[in-house]
Amino acid sequence: MPVKVQIPTPLRPHSENLAIVEVQANTVGEALASLCKLHPAMEQRLFDNGQLRRFVNIFINDEDIRYLDNLATPVKDGDDVAIIPAVAGG
Amino acid sequence: MSPSFVKGMKCRLCGKLYPVSPVNFCQDDFGPLEIDYDYESLKGVLTKEKIEARQFNMWRYQELLPLDNEPTVGLYVGGTPLIRADRLAKAIGVKNLWVKNDAVNFPTLSFKDRVVAVALSKAKEFGLQTVGCASTGNLANSVAANAATAGLKSFIFIPSDLEKAKVLSTSVYGATVIKVRGTYDEVNRLCTQVAFKFGWGFVNINLRPFYAEGSKSMGYEIAEQLGWRTPQHVVSPMAGGALVGKVSKAFQEFYKIGLLSQEPSTKFYGAQAAGCNPISGAVKNGLESHRPVRKPNTICKSLAIGDPADGFFAAKLIRDSGGWAEDVSDDEIRDGMLLLAQTEGVFAETAGGVTVAVAKKLVQQGRIPINEEIVLCITGNGLKTPDALTERLGEPATIGTSLDEFISVMENTREPVLV
Repeated sequence: MPVKVQIPTPLRPHSENLAIVEVQANTVGEALASLCKLHPAMEQRLFDNGQLRRFVNIFINDEDIRYLDNLATPVKDGDDVAIIPAVAGG
Repeated sequence: MSPSFVKGMKCRLCGKLYPVSPVNFCQDDFGPLEIDYDYESLKGVLTKEKIEARQFNMWRYQELLPLDNEPTVGLYVGGTPLIRADRLAKAIGVKNLWVKNDAVNFPTLSFKDRVVAVALSKAKEFGLQTVGCASTGNLANSVAANAATAGLKSFIFIPSDLEKAKVLSTSVYGATVIKVRGTYDEVNRLCTQVAFKFGWGFVNINLRPFYAEGSKSMGYEIAEQLGWRTPQHVVSPMAGGALVGKVSKAFQEFYKIGLLSQEPSTKFYGAQAAGCNPISGAVKNGLESHRPVRKPNTICKSLAIGDPADGFFAAKLIRDSGGWAEDVSDDEIRDGMLLLAQTEGVFAETAGGVTVAVAKKLVQQGRIPINEEIVLCITGNGLKTPDALTERLGEPATIGTSLDEFISVMENTREPVLV
């Protein structure tokens, strides 16, 4: 499935300044893995020992994946996956 | 102007250093950035005498706040009373109790005036023209009012189910208020995207490292008002979870620069509503970090943050300090509000009811000893959330103008009973 991964401004130096990267994937985890394959510098920023970092939140069509099936959440054709820094609010 | 003692910003996870700029997280691991000060140089420079000679507001500690120049926004914030609360103490069964009353903070009657004063002064230093926030109400009021005095444009994003009084007391200052159909956490996520897209100064997003430092002034004031010492126990409400940490940091900083003779060993206790208890849930269940609450359900909307940014740090601080956390039902929150009002004459918002009710619960559980010194942090004003008590208090008796009618009401009135 083709899905769009939205890259937040501070990570764009690692995505050749692309705001959106299109990847092929069946789950959110696969989408992020494809992103990291295309732009390897993303890997260590998003993951720590294979786990999503504590202060990285991932949303699929504006829903937090922690309320779905985390990285195993399935994606459909045209879904938007957004990477959002978690340190905000309060 | 005294020189700035800010060294820079530091990632709370990996320790990487950054120059001061409107950025809130580490580029390597997304960890929160925190202001780093040159404490060595402050020793003997910021003295008790110097502080005491200044006006009683938050800026008497300005060397410990992250501005390069004199503050320009919120010049009269802070300096709120620390009330010796003997009647409340008796009601909950303890001996030495104080209430730090930020329900009367200026200008918008909550502790958020402290954080906004720093954030907007810093926004002006950065040359930002437009500011904003995601808010459960108190922050909305404060950003709107302080932005108005500073001549800054403000965009305030709130969950659409917020209390009417809090919406009105934001709009009145001329702010652009956007009601978002969603939870606070959804509003917050949207604001992070808006901040990236428009480059505005969101006080609790890209200005968050500076904003959060403002909360320390509540801690400085508590220590100074107690006579340059720290209490054994502090009970604080938790929404995003930053306040407990900042009060603790304030105590530690005072000790580091030589303003306290004894190293602080305060135990910190976090208070939440049962309908939104990610942090107290983590503490009680021994989890390293909180599990987010998707749909908060409580009358205490100001604490209804399901995915608190400082949840991990708050739970750790509470555990490391030897404190604890609890949460209370809506009825207990109302009881807490009434108890505080009817013993100490302080009308706090629902978050104050949470704090009082949790303190009472922790005393009953034996978590807080009855004969040690306790400070409760009251962070917002009850006039902002009157609906919470409308049903409980009912309507007063209404009579004609004859003495007989009053006498008949009198005969049917019971003495008010406490607790």
